[in-house]
Amino acid sequence: MSPLWLLVSIAVLALIGAVIGRRKAMASAGGDARELHSLPNYYGANVALLVTAPALLVLAAWMILQPMLIEGRVASIVPDAAYQDAGALNLLMADVRRVAGGLDLAVAQGALTAQEAHDAEATDLRARLAEIGVAVGSEVDTVILEAAQRYRVLDSRADLARTVVILILALAGFIFTVSRIDRTYRARNSVELAVLVLLIGASTIAILTTFGIVMSMLFETMNFFRQYPASEFFFSTTWDPSFSGRGGASELGILPLLWGTLYISLIALLVSVPIGLFAAIYLSEYADKRFRGFAKPLLEVLAGIPTIVYGLFALITVGPLLRDAIASPLGLGNSASSVMTAGLVMGIMLIPFVSSLSDDIINAVPQAMRDGSYGLGATQSETIRQVIVPAALPGIVGAILLAASRAIGETMIVVLGAGAAARIDVNPFEAMTTVTVKIVSQLTGDTDFSSPETLVAFALGLTLFVITLGLNVLALYIVRRYREQYE
Amino acid sequence: MTIATADTPRSTPNAGSLMQADAKTAKRNAREKRFRLYGLIAVCTGILMLVLLMISILTAGLSAFRQTTIEISVPLDAERLDPEGNRNPVEMASVTTFGYAPLLRDGLMQTIEAAGIETDLPEGDIADLISDESVAQLRATVLANPELVGQTVPVEVLASGRIDGFFKGRVTYETAELDSNISPEQLRLAEALEEAGLLRTGFNWRFITAPDASSTRPEAAGLGVAILGSFYMMLVVLVLSLPIGVAASIYLEEFAPQNRFTDLIEVNISNLAAVPSIVFGILGLAIFINFAGLPQSAPIVGGLVLTLMTLPTIIIATRAALKAVPPSIRDAALGIGASKMQAVFHHVLPLAMPGILTGTIIGLAQALGETAPLLLIGMVAFVREYPDAPWDGGLFDPATALPVQVYNFTQRSDPAFVERASGAIIVLLIFLLIMNLAAIFLRRKFERRW
Repeated sequence: MSPLWLLVSIAVLALIGAVIGRRKAMASAGGDARELHSLPNYYGANVALLVTAPALLVLAAWMILQPMLIEGRVASIVPDAAYQDAGALNLLMADVRRVAGGLDLAVAQGALTAQEAHDAEATDLRARLAEIGVAVGSEVDTVILEAAQRYRVLDSRADLARTVVILILALAGFIFTVSRIDRTYRARNSVELAVLVLLIGASTIAILTTFGIVMSMLFETMNFFRQYPASEFFFSTTWDPSFSGRGGASELGILPLLWGTLYISLIALLVSVPIGLFAAIYLSEYADKRFRGFAKPLLEVLAGIPTIVYGLFALITVGPLLRDAIASPLGLGNSASSVMTAGLVMGIMLIPFVSSLSDDIINAVPQAMRDGSYGLGATQSETIRQVIVPAALPGIVGAILLAASRAIGETMIVVLGAGAAARIDVNPFEAMTTVTVKIVSQLTGDTDFSSPETLVAFALGLTLFVITLGLNVLALYIVRRYREQYE
Repeated sequence: MTIATADTPRSTPNAGSLMQADAKTAKRNAREKRFRLYGLIAVCTGILMLVLLMISILTAGLSAFRQTTIEISVPLDAERLDPEGNRNPVEMASVTTFGYAPLLRDGLMQTIEAAGIETDLPEGDIADLISDESVAQLRATVLANPELVGQTVPVEVLASGRIDGFFKGRVTYETAELDSNISPEQLRLAEALEEAGLLRTGFNWRFITAPDASSTRPEAAGLGVAILGSFYMMLVVLVLSLPIGVAASIYLEEFAPQNRFTDLIEVNISNLAAVPSIVFGILGLAIFINFAGLPQSAPIVGGLVLTLMTLPTIIIATRAALKAVPPSIRDAALGIGASKMQAVFHHVLPLAMPGILTGTIIGLAQALGETAPLLLIGMVAFVREYPDAPWDGGLFDPATALPVQVYNFTQRSDPAFVERASGAIIVLLIFLLIMNLAAIFLRRKFERRW
């Protein structure tokens, strides 16, 4: 039975169970729902739940494990002489899967009978598979065919076992719960417990995601450091990967990338912090209601615009403008993509981020502090500069740190606006590159997950993750401390 | 303590009346004005940047929605297109685009002649007026309507990218001098065709519906596959992130005890909201593609990655919405004998629904514009085939996404792709605008204040 039909039969069984469960409960109470411990529907739901939940869990685990186990068994019967290394074995297994899938398809379409498929000869198989639309890369040889036949046998056996186990499980749940139903059975508590488990399960996904992020990068990073010395990675000032596959000649130092990242982030902060901060002060302290109601949403639109839009803006407008108006006349460079381009555009992107965070923080400063300052005869700007901003400073610092972490992790603006040349330079009109740009360039296109040139992307990603995580934790800590101060 | 008396000498003699500001007050007031002005300038700079951004994208991209086409009468030679003579589309499919190219060229020459336009351009240069894509277009039309064979039919074909650019002002006689792909004579011929009413510029539906085209045919590039791919991903994100996000928020807001486990979840959620998006791409590549073996470029993988990114947004919004439901509602439900679970699911959740939906739409809008993680899971691939319907396994077919298609266009050398990229952004922004308006509408319409 295919997984879809299994699902359908589980669902049908659950539905029948729900109806029967409800009936049995009502019957046990003599038709009067008030005699029951729980509302009648809970008895039905309880049956349905115990029919579906265990069966679905086992089905999901089975679907993940079955291909892994079968591949292992099949790979072990392939003679060692048929392949040189792990990569070749992978390719071979892909062919095995395709041939096995093709044979299954041929049987399903009636092009071959089950017996013919079982006895199929290697000679004309490729052509016959091509007829039904399955493309096999190379001519099918006997090793692949044998493995494919073995694969089909194991797969069909496992499918059968799966169907039997799942159906038995569902039926067992059905019989067990229905047999327990009687007037005093606490069906609601049982259903609510299951729902609570579901809710807890949903909220642990956040933990699983973080765990997945760390693990996926940690493993590949360790692989990378086995092939490439960590000290070179962290302290070398050259980034010069050779094209993948050649190996050995690559220099993969992170410093030029970090320099570009930090330089661009610095410029972005120099743009966004003053503008964002002054905008927040103006909007929260000076602006009348009408102006605020019109300007604040407009600024927030900037935050809702996807970063690819900013990237295109940098590429087609800001870059050429800066080059023609400033860089070329001053002899500072001829590149449209530069640190300045990416930094300016990223600064624009961060304005609403800084301003809305600072706005919240300034509004949290108690009115009494303002009143006290006005009472002493200070003007509004003196109050802001000497009372409100110092009082809000920790929060503002937190906001700036969050903005910095955004800037460091930003990808599309730098991919389109900063360039791809890894260099350490102080001229902001030169093209430089960042950690995120290199992650993208090393992981797109043809990748070979055994070469350091590809694996370095995971080390870069982990570094980026650690830096941004550190900034976020620090910023959240500062902001929280600050909030507590005034609550 | 001494008491200051009236005749104690003042440190600063009172120069004038209260009505007249002294020098120091004037200075302080001027400073106040300046400070205020800085604030105003900052706000206006922000808004100005928004306006500049929009103008820049609109001026570059609006022309993508118009397309120059040429009307040609093509004699569909039966002998060449249907050698068997039975009008069977399956057999006619054996004639490749190479069989159609000469017909189209003949048609163009005859059309020009019939319009009475004289030109001394060689035939090859004249044929360059129309897009290479139009041959495939013609073949598709004929295969769809085999009865046309043998007739001379008027066909509306795409003009080539440079001709299209000429009518949009991107290509001029001066630039054509320097361009090896087009000559001023060809432009003159195009103008003559326009005067004859054969060449016109109209709304470009193909840009929205057609699939991507190769990097030498910008005039034929469309967003069909990208829009469909983005739509599939949004489906996956909605189906997964709304139930999971709401379930997680209900637990954290209504049931979770104050302990370390709850703290761990909370810290994780707030951190995930700030993790750079590209890191989620690495996660998707390592877990969903390399470990779980899902196909590259598939909307299902993109949807899963975007779900993980959207979850924190939805959880934060949902928790705020749940928190806004006053405790009296819960108390009343508990008071008449509802269980805690019943109070939450029957009373609190329905009241929080508008807020939850608003948060979900905003989360989806964010996910729709996200590019970086999709680059890593192979959605930059060149995809010309539309994915199947979701129930036919279309979620596992290769597709692209709108923002990735923009990136893809920017990586091509032909300047006409700048227009296509900006046009794609306009489409993306229109979708975002619609989603955000829907969120605002929901909030206005259903928001309750207690």
